[in-house]
Amino acid sequence: MNKNNYNDAQDDLHSFEAVIGLEVHSQLLTKTKMFCSCQNIFGKEPNSMVCPVCLGLPGALPVINLEGVRLAVKAALALNIGINKKSLFARKNYFYPDLPKGYQISQYLDPVSSNGYLAIETDGAEKRIRINRLHIEEDAGKLIHIGNESYVDLNRAGTPLIEIVSEPDISSPKEAVSYLKELRDILVYLDISDGNMEEGSFRCDANISVRRKGAQKLGTRAEIKNVNSFKFVEKAIDYEIDRQIDVILSGGNVIQETRLYDSKENVTRPMRGKEEAHDYRYFEEPDLPPLILDAEFISDIKKSITELPHAKRKRYIKEYSLTEKDSEVLTQDKNIAHYFEDIIRLNNGRVEIKKIANWVINDLLFALKAKEGNIPKQEDFFNLILEVENSNINKNAGKIVLTEMLLTGKKPNDIIKEKNLAQVSDEKGIEDTIKQVFKENQKELEDLIGGKDKLFGFFVGEVMKKTRGKANPQKVNEILKKHIENYKKGGN
Amino acid sequence: MDLSNLTIHQINDLLKYREVKSADITNSYIERIKKIDPVISAYLYTDFEEALSNAEAADKIIQKNKDFPYLTGIPLSIKDIFLIKGKKTTCASKILNNFISPYDATVIKRLKKNNYVFIGKTNMDEFAMGSSTENSAYKITKNPFDLNRVPGGSSGGSAASVSADLCAGSFGTDTGGSVRQPASLCGVVGLKPTYGLISRYGIIAFSSSLDQAGVIANDVLDAAIMLKAVAGFDEKDQTTRKFEIKDYPEIVKRADKSIIKGLRVGIPVEFFSEGLDSKIHSKIMEIKDLLKDLGAQVVNITLPDTKYSVAAYYVIATSEASSNLERYDGIRFGGRFNEGKGIQSLDELYRKSRESGFGKEVKRRIILGTFALSAGYYDAYYKKASLVRKLIIKNYKDSFNDVDIILGPTSPTPAFLIGEKISDPLSMYLSDIYTISVNLAYLPALSLPAGVVDNPTKKGGVLPIGLQLISPWTTEAKLLSVAKVIEDEVKFRDKYTPVI
Repeated sequence: MNKNNYNDAQDDLHSFEAVIGLEVHSQLLTKTKMFCSCQNIFGKEPNSMVCPVCLGLPGALPVINLEGVRLAVKAALALNIGINKKSLFARKNYFYPDLPKGYQISQYLDPVSSNGYLAIETDGAEKRIRINRLHIEEDAGKLIHIGNESYVDLNRAGTPLIEIVSEPDISSPKEAVSYLKELRDILVYLDISDGNMEEGSFRCDANISVRRKGAQKLGTRAEIKNVNSFKFVEKAIDYEIDRQIDVILSGGNVIQETRLYDSKENVTRPMRGKEEAHDYRYFEEPDLPPLILDAEFISDIKKSITELPHAKRKRYIKEYSLTEKDSEVLTQDKNIAHYFEDIIRLNNGRVEIKKIANWVINDLLFALKAKEGNIPKQEDFFNLILEVENSNINKNAGKIVLTEMLLTGKKPNDIIKEKNLAQVSDEKGIEDTIKQVFKENQKELEDLIGGKDKLFGFFVGEVMKKTRGKANPQKVNEILKKHIENYKKGGN
Repeated sequence: MDLSNLTIHQINDLLKYREVKSADITNSYIERIKKIDPVISAYLYTDFEEALSNAEAADKIIQKNKDFPYLTGIPLSIKDIFLIKGKKTTCASKILNNFISPYDATVIKRLKKNNYVFIGKTNMDEFAMGSSTENSAYKITKNPFDLNRVPGGSSGGSAASVSADLCAGSFGTDTGGSVRQPASLCGVVGLKPTYGLISRYGIIAFSSSLDQAGVIANDVLDAAIMLKAVAGFDEKDQTTRKFEIKDYPEIVKRADKSIIKGLRVGIPVEFFSEGLDSKIHSKIMEIKDLLKDLGAQVVNITLPDTKYSVAAYYVIATSEASSNLERYDGIRFGGRFNEGKGIQSLDELYRKSRESGFGKEVKRRIILGTFALSAGYYDAYYKKASLVRKLIIKNYKDSFNDVDIILGPTSPTPAFLIGEKISDPLSMYLSDIYTISVNLAYLPALSLPAGVVDNPTKKGGVLPIGLQLISPWTTEAKLLSVAKVIEDEVKFRDKYTPVI
């Protein structure tokens, strides 16, 4: 269906609003699987990380991995979701070759955590997206299709997952992405998940419906699966909203169904009916006792939660007077944020924090992105900043030193000595050079004295060239200006 | 010398005083199995080579150590629901026809530590679903007291193997009476311990919240010995608990008539109503009088919700079973239909494999359970049944405020004829009417031979009947002690032997 058919219905298009809820599955960074002691590890030879329990052999029984519970509770606490001191595991029954037991151990009626919210920034304002629940479950294995044959790899079977279900509080693809980013940042920050969408350790399904603005009743929703990057989440939701509006405007009804996103063609398509016609027949997992969390267990986890990206960002803006953009860049990766904060501690008020932020963002991160190399020690990087800020070397030399530091790991002072980059600041030396330059450029000098002010820059350049960039540009300016003034007055 | 009609403690004495070797004992059983089992069909398969090598290993241990575990060198049979590493485990189902277990059940691990002798796997109702062992996909086991009759079920092979002296004791499982009912029908002792006392790890699941391993033995002391060897917390089964494991054999040995004095015995009126064979009724009343004579305070009690127990049980058990049996889908286990040839779709592979791999009763229960858990029916069935279960637990809890132990029949009838109930599932289900509520309430219970009744189809023949003792959670020591005193009075083993 083509939107152009509705040119005269443009108003109609804008009279709709989207209602979006997200279901996020995130793998947990536990050492072992959720219900057995097999290693929770990615990329090993198929079916090498398995045991009777995760193979679903007859007679095998699950045992709850407390580390998994701990990470789930940590996530819940960080996301402001209420912890349920008693929760139950349940079986979700369905047949599929990657599901060895024929059921997935999950949580259904009584999840470990429910009722919370995540604050996101949208158009500069804060918006709270309510979270319905967070629960623990196990992942399925993987099917590998080669030609006409399908193979089952159960290394992933039984690895721990948390599922986080939002309320339908999201109203645009952009909001969906900022919710996901915020969520992922938090999980990665707290070492709960590696947040890798491409490898599938952080996955998202979107429930989308549209309705006329102001309408109370929710429209019929479609569930979109198979979106494995933030960009695709935005595109898939965008497409789906348009599709549903098209359906309604052309007099049809949106059907409740599961649709798959095809990133190549940027469309969503219905899954075959049979695959989604599940009655999961949930019931309490009789092999596991209720999960009871005592207050001490919860408070210990609470203590282990560090400052979250959102709070960090706000603090950077307030405490360090950084821009929102800079704060965001600095807090996106916990390691970078920690690095930045280490340097601020070393600095102890000597250099303006804004300048340090610039060094980290524009020089260090930029250089790291462009080239291979290792991040220098905090002390070394701060010393480099000091060398430049104290005018011992100029900014250009600073860049050269940084590149060398990344490549070799050497200390900045050693590099400065080695490359003879120390700035020439002594007035006598600079004066000598200026005199030399005047001598060599008599014509230009006359023009400059005659009023051709543009040539000032030319002389600065020539002096820098002669000193191979080491002269302190400020000093050069100063002394040069003095000499020109003298000439103008008729001196020398 | 025929060494195959001894109890475990008798064999243990002989081994201890070096009167015989385990190899001699084992050979005696092997000879008897070769002679008799073709008639009884208690075993699905035997492993005599393994048995003899276990016996030799046990003999070496006996020679070296003065102190060795009770079960050292004792030939035991194992219901084919326990996984033994490197051995076939079929659960009497075609769908596991060629399943070789890659690991040991915790019970088996502990038996191996006790240097037991593994002699063979016993027949059972497929996936432990049934009360006659007629639902085995492989063979029909006969009752040693009358070869035309069933041994009970689902641990019918185990009960028959002990009753016919084809082993010294057997491990079975009891989900709704599967140890006690066949023990009752075969004239042996059957103990179902408290849920969580014995690990379920490595036991093929039928209904996880009801299944419990149990022992079938020649006498009460043997049952105590077998229980002690395998009971206790297992980190691989989170439904086991750190219950105190007592020295059951020593406690049983010390038990005498004096423990009955002042014992409060409850007779649940609901267990003596319509449906109970009148001869069994009077036999249990004799036991009641016996206890009274020994100084017990016998009172009538009521378990008012007993009438709902069969219904609640069949909802819960079939629901859990429908889920537990999903893994047998033809993808990994035994019965992939026609090895997948000519199969057009995944769905068809599942359907045909399960259709051809499961027997009739298993399918019936899968369908029942699937229905009970279906969207829209969950509240009416599974949830309701779980509520009834809570009521039944409360019934017992209330009763145990007033009494120490409950006495009743194990089975409403003695062993029935092969084929008599197989086409009438409801009457078959009622075979477990007195045993089912015990599983729902997680309680320990024991079936003890109480005597015999005349065999109506065989002149001069008798059929054993069992009494059931039920006690509060984790009071196996008391349960076994009381049973021991009754056993000494009834002297069943001295009076009655199977026809074989």
